[in-house]
This record gives sequence, C-alpha cells and structure tokens, in this order.
Amino acid sequence: MVAGGGGLIRFEGINKTFNSGGRSLEAVGEINLTVQEGEVITLVGPSGCGKSTLLNMAAGLMKPTAGVVCYRGNPVTGLNRHVGYMTQSDHLLPWRSIAKNIAVPLEIKGLSRVKTSARVAELIDLVGLTGFESAFPTQVSGGMRKRAALARLLASDPETLLMDEPFAALDAQLRIAMQTELLRVREKFGKTILFVTHDPDEAISIADRCVIFSGRPGRIVRVLDTGLPRRRDLAKLRFEPEFLTLARGLWEQLTPDMHAEACS
Amino acid sequence: MTDVLKINVMRLILAVAFLWGWEYAATAYKLSFYISRPSEIYARLLLWVGDGTLAKHLFVTIYVAISGFVLGSIAGLLVGLVLGRAKTLARVLDPFLMAFYSMPKVALAPVFVLWFGVDTSMKVIFVATVVFFLVFINTYSGVRNVSREQLTILRLMGASELNLLTKIVFPSALVWVFAGLRLSVPYSLIGTILGEMTATNKGLGYLLANTAGTFDTAGTFTTLFVIILLSMTFNGVVRVLEHVLMPWRIEHDAEEATI
Repeated sequence: MVAGGGGLIRFEGINKTFNSGGRSLEAVGEINLTVQEGEVITLVGPSGCGKSTLLNMAAGLMKPTAGVVCYRGNPVTGLNRHVGYMTQSDHLLPWRSIAKNIAVPLEIKGLSRVKTSARVAELIDLVGLTGFESAFPTQVSGGMRKRAALARLLASDPETLLMDEPFAALDAQLRIAMQTELLRVREKFGKTILFVTHDPDEAISIADRCVIFSGRPGRIVRVLDTGLPRRRDLAKLRFEPEFLTLARGLWEQLTPDMHAEACS
Repeated sequence: MTDVLKINVMRLILAVAFLWGWEYAATAYKLSFYISRPSEIYARLLLWVGDGTLAKHLFVTIYVAISGFVLGSIAGLLVGLVLGRAKTLARVLDPFLMAFYSMPKVALAPVFVLWFGVDTSMKVIFVATVVFFLVFINTYSGVRNVSREQLTILRLMGASELNLLTKIVFPSALVWVFAGLRLSVPYSLIGTILGEMTATNKGLGYLLANTAGTFDTAGTFTTLFVIILLSMTFNGVVRVLEHVLMPWRIEHDAEEATI
C-alpha cells in the first residue's frame, strides 16, 4: 500500500465485483483517478456502471475488491468522516421537522441552541424552504426533501461532498439555483466535490473535470477537462459556444453507437 | 362533517335498539336471571357508586393494572433497547426468550401465587410479566428495523453512539414500542382481573367472581360494563400519548393515499 503522493482522493487500480446468487458481477474496474483538493468532478455514464460504488468506497462504506482508495494519502479503511454523503434518497428522519432535520449535524457538533437555529434559518433560506420549517418530511414534495437533504449536508460542513444525483428530482430553475449554490460553497470554502449525475448538461456545467464511464463493467472512458472558469454563470453558460462544444463532445462520447448509425 | 353525524346517529340508533331489545327479551321471556336487564344494571351501577363499593374495587384494579403496565413497559423497553443493540447477546438469549414468549402467561398465575402469595404485589408482578414480553418483543424488533442508511449518514456526520440512540434508534423504535403498548393495554387488564379472580377479596376481578358465584347476574354485568369502560379509557390514554409523542405519524395518516 503506497501512501503519499498528490491529490485529496486517489482511486488506485480499483475493481469492485459483487457476488450475488453464485454469480459474480463486476460493477466497476480498472479505475485510476486522482481528485485534487477544491475540484468539482462529475461522474457521468450509463446506469449501473459503478459510479455510486466509487462514492461508497470514498466514504469507506464499501471495500474495493482490488486496489486502494486513498484520502489525503492514507488508505480509507473505515468510515471516512471527512466526507459528507448525499445519496439518491434523502434519508431524512421522518420524526423530525424539516428545520429539525437540518439541525441534526449541528446538534451532533454540540452547537448552542441559538447558533443552531440561526444557521438553520440561513440554510432554509438558502435552499428556498422558507415557510416549511415545521413541516414533516412526509408532508412536502420530493424536490423539497432533496433541498432539505442538501441543507443538512451543508450544515454538516464536511471537507468533501459526495453527491449522488442530488438534483435529479428538481425542476430546471431550481436545479440551476442549487448548482450555483454548490459552486459558491466550493468557491467560498474550498470544498472538494465528487458528483454523480445522469444529466450530461449538468455533468459539464458544474465540473472542472468530467469523468465519463462506459456501461457495465464500468470503466473510465475519458476524463474531460472542461476548462471552464471557477466562477461561472450557470444560467448563461448553457448558451455559450465553449459549453456547446463540450456538451456535443460529451453526447458523442455517451452515445457513440447512435452517432455511427446516423453517419452511415 | 355530515358523514360523521350520520354515522353517529346510526350508532345511537343501534345502541338504543340493542338496549331496548335486551330489556324486552329479559322481561318478556323471564331471562333476567341469565342476562340481567339494562335497567337493573343501571340501578346497580348507581347503588355501587353511591355506597362506595365500585370505588373500592375499581381503584384496586386500576392500581394493579397501571403499576403492572408501567413496570412491565419500562422493563420491556430497556431490555428491548439493550438486546436490540447488543447483537451477540441477543443471539445467545433468543431461544430462551422465545420459549418464555410462547408460553401462555396465564399458566404462570398459580406459580406466582405460590411465590408471591395472594396480595397486591403478586398481581402487579403477574401483569408486569405479561406486559414485559409484549413491549420487549416490539421494542426489540423496532430497534432491529432502524434504517442502516440513516445510521450511516449520521455516523459520517460524526455522530456518537449516544447521538445515534437518541436521534435515530429511539424515535424510530417508538412506533413499534407503541404497537406493543397498545397491545399491552387489554393484556394488563386481563392479567389484573384474572389475578383478582384467582386469589383476593378486592378488585373488579373479585367482584366479577363473587357476583357470578352468588348468582347476582346484575352485579356481574355491571362489573363487566365497568371493565369495558376502564379498558376503553386506558386505550384512549395510550392513544393520546401516541399523538403527543409521535406527531409526525398523525400528520402522515391524515394525508390522502397517493401512489
């Protein structure tokens, strides 16, 4: 096990094979990827190509079948408490109101009541949940639950954010607002973000680098350096020629077969 | 609102028809020795309320049922929480607990008389034993059914074991605990009354056995009526407690079902 070397998170020769019902299924393999501190990396590719598996390994929830994941040069063996994880389902606590859910990480840190409620109010405002503070998760829409989960993640304030399709359930305007907020948080606090998405536009617009996966077994096909500035206007970006060029490149990469057919 | 009113009117009609039919049948066919009569029961109720008979026996029963219920619930809750978290211990104890659980607790009554005599403490212990298993089994299942994902997310946030217990395990087990408590209410009364019928000279169970033994049918039915009222009151209290402690459940239930 080699410690040291650059990068905040390093995936070295990662392979993950699942055994179920006597069959072994390789979810993801031959993964070598170094995530730099302060970087936003999006992972894009077909369903079941092991993107979420990589996040789980970075969080220390899953062990790779082969290879090693390093965080700050140390192999991840147990739960990695430097990361915050936002999964596809929100996992809010149903017995707590929206505001109380967002307060959970602050309570765990032992913040005073006054500070907690002030911070919660800030976050509620940020994710646009004003007026729903005392609603229970079952009483609000899926999009609102996602926003509450995002606010909770931001409240926990981890060094690295692992996000698994966090904005899939949101409408287009709100999604841009959340993406903008995410980039602002990154900018302001130097967070590192690993972001799984199915949306090619999102994969490019928020990324410093976009990692493109092939279908199962998942392999990294290409790492696309977006070269986009750290401060960017996401609402305008989608009409800029440089974005369009990148998006076209990504679409072609994701759907090579269709392009081949169209050309022939 | 009109729906509720309609339902209530129909209930009232049903109740009146039942009481009238009962009264009529008892009088016309001279059955009052077997089934008494609503008017006699009402008169007896007034008499017992007046001369303090009811209060004397009722309070003994309430005392036994509630102390047994509370003791058994607390013990069941604690053991359920501990075994729910201590996996190895739970596996070791599992067959023994199941053996006890599957035994009809009624069968313990004579043994308890042998051990604890016939006074109030015997009945309290008996009720507590019955309630303990119901609450324990439910609490244990509740703790076991805590979402692992929620636990993991909070662990990543740096939660301690105590944080996990107070923020996730206990509240999520609460739903199950209340299922156990609700189930325990009738059982605590069954236990109390059975205990009182077996060995004592006070309590509603004694009153029941005594009136039936002296062919005082009106007395027996009056006692039954009081027992029903008592049981419904206990259920109501548990339901109120449930609403207070788990407001999110009520809000959820009030919603329309969607898919």
